[in-house]
Amino acid sequence: MVEFNGWDMPVEYPASIGCGIISEHNAVRTCVGIFDVSHMGDIRLAGRDAIAAVQHISMNDASRLAIGQAQYSALLYPQGTFVDDVIVHRFGEDEYLLVINAGTREKDFAWVRDNTREFDCAVENLSDDFTQIAIQGPKGVNLLQKLTNADLSGVKFYWVTHGTVCGLPNTLIARTGYTGEDGFEIYVPSDEETSTRVWNEVLGAGREFGAVPCGLGARNTLRLESKLPLYGHELSDTINVWEAGLDRFCKMEKPEFVGREGLERAKGEGLKRTLVGLEMIDRGIARDGYKVLDDNGAEIGYVTSGSYAPFLKKNIALAYVPLRFAAVGTSINIEIRDQGVKAHIVPTPFYKKPKNSKT
Amino acid sequence: MSYPSDFKYTKEHEWIKADGTTATIGITSYAQESLGDIVFVELPKPGAELTAGKTFGSVESVKAVSDLYAPATGTVTEVNGDLATAPEKINQDAHSSWMLKIKLKNPGELNALLSSADYEKFVAEEGGH
Repeated sequence: MVEFNGWDMPVEYPASIGCGIISEHNAVRTCVGIFDVSHMGDIRLAGRDAIAAVQHISMNDASRLAIGQAQYSALLYPQGTFVDDVIVHRFGEDEYLLVINAGTREKDFAWVRDNTREFDCAVENLSDDFTQIAIQGPKGVNLLQKLTNADLSGVKFYWVTHGTVCGLPNTLIARTGYTGEDGFEIYVPSDEETSTRVWNEVLGAGREFGAVPCGLGARNTLRLESKLPLYGHELSDTINVWEAGLDRFCKMEKPEFVGREGLERAKGEGLKRTLVGLEMIDRGIARDGYKVLDDNGAEIGYVTSGSYAPFLKKNIALAYVPLRFAAVGTSINIEIRDQGVKAHIVPTPFYKKPKNSKT
Repeated sequence: MSYPSDFKYTKEHEWIKADGTTATIGITSYAQESLGDIVFVELPKPGAELTAGKTFGSVESVKAVSDLYAPATGTVTEVNGDLATAPEKINQDAHSSWMLKIKLKNPGELNALLSSADYEKFVAEEGGH
């Protein structure tokens, strides 16, 4: 177990029950894996001005959301850097839920509250109310369908529904995840008895599909292969939306949101660095924080996340580098234990789920 | 987990097995279990000099990088090349997946290392913290 933003969490489950990061990772790619992601936080905004409040604090266009739909978005500082990245769910005419990161829970809640004071909208921190369980992988839908009366085939990717799950009525079921696979996240009451029971029932229902419990390690390698950013690594309060390459989730055509002017300015000044994917050519694994060097050994950037990729069986990383080094095929080096080790820029995401899997 | 009694152990979780003036070095089963899936091993070349207590290479699992510390002083005579392409062999059997063979400079050095019983006690304490 490791301490993760105030939560005791397993990096991996024991090899004695068929787990370990590589097995867990590949279970999600090929069948199904189950994660306890209760550390994720939840902020509810409800009231007459809820849509206006959400539009003001987030960079994506929440007015495009139908009831029951969700979108990836971010909360920004005025200069266009990240408070956090979030999923915005629309539950009702005037009701939204932001799913936020564990490490930024208190900061996010204070920030959302402070920036929505002008609006007729209640802001509630529901983070401790839910146990959140992610069921991820191509067999996730088959697994969860055994435990619910909701028709999951009718729920598209990034849509939500409510149904009875493990006997719990009106449970929130979202077809979302952080693995690059199809999958669901369910939100059940956080009391220990209910949480334990649901966790065990999900594991039990998954046995026939080869489901395994998965820890933080696999969660990290899965999201890295799929180039899903992690706050504190690819995103931070010193990195802006353009640098992170999240342009398509940022709707500059919205007349106003916190960070919009800063992003306008940053665009005018031009991009100085950008997030790239790289693959090691020579032996070595790029790790978080390692320096990126040019072919003359000069430091040009840094690695934000790096690992052996269990499904691709390659050593991959994400890094910030100046634009002139960002083209696919560009040769660079990673400083590993004081030595430059050859790598090159590759297209991202490193992994894309097969087209035929239904979402 | 059983730790062979003819090995000596370090608190950094390497094992060494001496046979006269030559010795074989690897990492312990406890080390491989704590590291998890091992995906990379970096070892010195034959002819390299090891100094007791100093790093001689590294081993990486998916989740962590860990330095390797020399249990004894000596010269590398042989490197287990299999580990470059199949580092997971260490997970499968850490006590037979040796890393290096060395010519010991001073075989007496090994007396300062942990016996299997002492090492077992050491990891029981470390694992139970």
